[in-house]
Amino acid sequence: MDFSLTKEQAMLKKLAAQFAETELEPVAAEVDEAHVFPVDNFKKMAAVGFTGIGVPEQYGGSGGGMLEKVIAVSEFGKKCMASAATLSIHLIAPHAILDYGTEEQKQKYLPRLTKGGELGAFALTEPNAGSDAAGVKTVAIYDEATDEYVINGTKCFISGGSRAEILVVFALTEPELGTKGMSAFIIERDMEGFSSGKVENKMGLAGSETAELIFEDLRVPAANMLGRKGKGFKIAMQALDAARIGVGAQAMGVAEEAIDLSVKYSKERVQFGKPIGTLQGIQWYIADMATKTEAAKTLVYYAAYLADSGQPFTKEAAMCKLNASENARFVTNLAMQIHGGYGYMKDYPLERMYRDAKITEIYEGTSEIHKVVISRAVMK
Amino acid sequence: MRIYVCVKQVPDTSGVVAVNPDGTLNRASMQTIINPDDLIAMEQALVLKDATGCQVTAVTMGPPPAEGMLRELLAMGADDAILISAREFGGSDTFATSQIISAAINYVGLGEEDMIFCGRQAIDGDTAQVGPQIAEKLGLPQVSYAAEIVKEGNDVTVKRMLEDGYMKIKVQTPCLITCISDQDSKARYMTLSGINHCYEKPYQVLDFEALKDEPLIELDKIGLKGSPTNIFKSFTPPQKGVGVMLEGADRKTAETLAAELLKKHVI
Repeated sequence: MDFSLTKEQAMLKKLAAQFAETELEPVAAEVDEAHVFPVDNFKKMAAVGFTGIGVPEQYGGSGGGMLEKVIAVSEFGKKCMASAATLSIHLIAPHAILDYGTEEQKQKYLPRLTKGGELGAFALTEPNAGSDAAGVKTVAIYDEATDEYVINGTKCFISGGSRAEILVVFALTEPELGTKGMSAFIIERDMEGFSSGKVENKMGLAGSETAELIFEDLRVPAANMLGRKGKGFKIAMQALDAARIGVGAQAMGVAEEAIDLSVKYSKERVQFGKPIGTLQGIQWYIADMATKTEAAKTLVYYAAYLADSGQPFTKEAAMCKLNASENARFVTNLAMQIHGGYGYMKDYPLERMYRDAKITEIYEGTSEIHKVVISRAVMK
Repeated sequence: MRIYVCVKQVPDTSGVVAVNPDGTLNRASMQTIINPDDLIAMEQALVLKDATGCQVTAVTMGPPPAEGMLRELLAMGADDAILISAREFGGSDTFATSQIISAAINYVGLGEEDMIFCGRQAIDGDTAQVGPQIAEKLGLPQVSYAAEIVKEGNDVTVKRMLEDGYMKIKVQTPCLITCISDQDSKARYMTLSGINHCYEKPYQVLDFEALKDEPLIELDKIGLKGSPTNIFKSFTPPQKGVGVMLEGADRKTAETLAAELLKKHVI
């Protein structure tokens, strides 16, 4: 058993930390306040190669795999959760195209999604299809005359939906078959019949724009179907498994930063004539935060290792996401207690981190859905 | 065309500066970074590489762990790297260092179109001597304080940043240029692709054996023993106390101020 990073992974960690500190942290509060996605920062991520993680260089990617994604996303999560989420969620689209796309689709879309700096999105959720992903109502009806599919429906809560150029969209090609009649399509923003609607006003993660998508008689060539007809649900579930490790990485990053801030603050803040870090109550908080975060991190890395070594990882992805997200809320909450009133003020990053951490228990599957996934695997 | 970029790994002085009992820096206990001005020199070289496709070679003298820094420069875009490393070279001051680096560049070869870029100075010693000394030892024209470098044929136009303005100088290759950061200049990041391939790029270690017969090497003028500079003492300067604020625009305040200044022999 070897827990060490390779030399290249250690360099990536250093680069991601440097990028997060230089480019992301300075605008994190601003984008949170303005509820605006920092487009320039995404382009910079692309220029350095972050948006191509997990995609081979022949398609414009940066190589690497799940562990590289975890490293970059967790480092970003320390300084700006919205940026970490943006990268993590963006990567779902190129990875799905890499796994299921035809050679032509890979050649056409991957360079744009990687070094091209175009944002990707993953559109599965609908007003009545949240945890119950099988409740999708969006339809894609085949038009034999033109060899196109005609898509109609509405998606909601789509991360990056208001900005994404290339989207992987799930729709029923044979509605009567339920999930077995679901297929995936690659949609481009400028296709006629596509529009994005309301950008949600959220509690946290405000720098990642979450939007509604509307498909009105959108005609997409049959060649844009991703994977085989009727395989959409499987593609979605596999993509979500990988995405969950990304959420685990976000949660791990924000927890690590909350600990760093708490340690620093407890050494500086003097009450009753001495730094509060000398009080056992605070020391025990820090010990709990550090221990649980280390455990969460290990499970995130383990899930990534399974994914990278070609082993099944559905259960571990769910476990790492469940555990790391609950830990992120636990740690940011205690960090807030340590910081007291200052932590509650918007002048400090902690209140934003506290709000941002909460989403990790909800999106890419709620904690409760993960318990369903885990218990099914354990009790089979 | 090949550009040698001389770089130095220095202690990160934004952290705690540790000093050994003998007065030298305790480098082992300190985080290291690439000297900031050297990063700007590398950026200048990479800008020229983007424009002309020239070869960029990172050169450093230091202990074996300096390889990590060189790999980072390769991941930024340098084509190859040279580590000059030997126990005999340890403890060299600027005079000895410039001699060894000059010998190494001579050993590898300096062509008619080639250039050597250095950072203006390193943040540990702050001497700004090594670059100019290399130029002297190799008999090259040198331009210091360069913020912009443009090459056309064998002519190089350099924009020198001075305290009260700037100066444009034309120089012929081969030459040595020391670089400083302009207000907007910022070294580029490593790229992920660069990281993937940085361990595949040419990497050469030049030890004592390789360089000892070079004409520029004088065996009694290298390393700690051959260095004319002796470090007497290194220390972290004591923090100055908090100042005293005098408020008021009246005669009495002015007299108090004058008395204080007089007491401290300022006036």
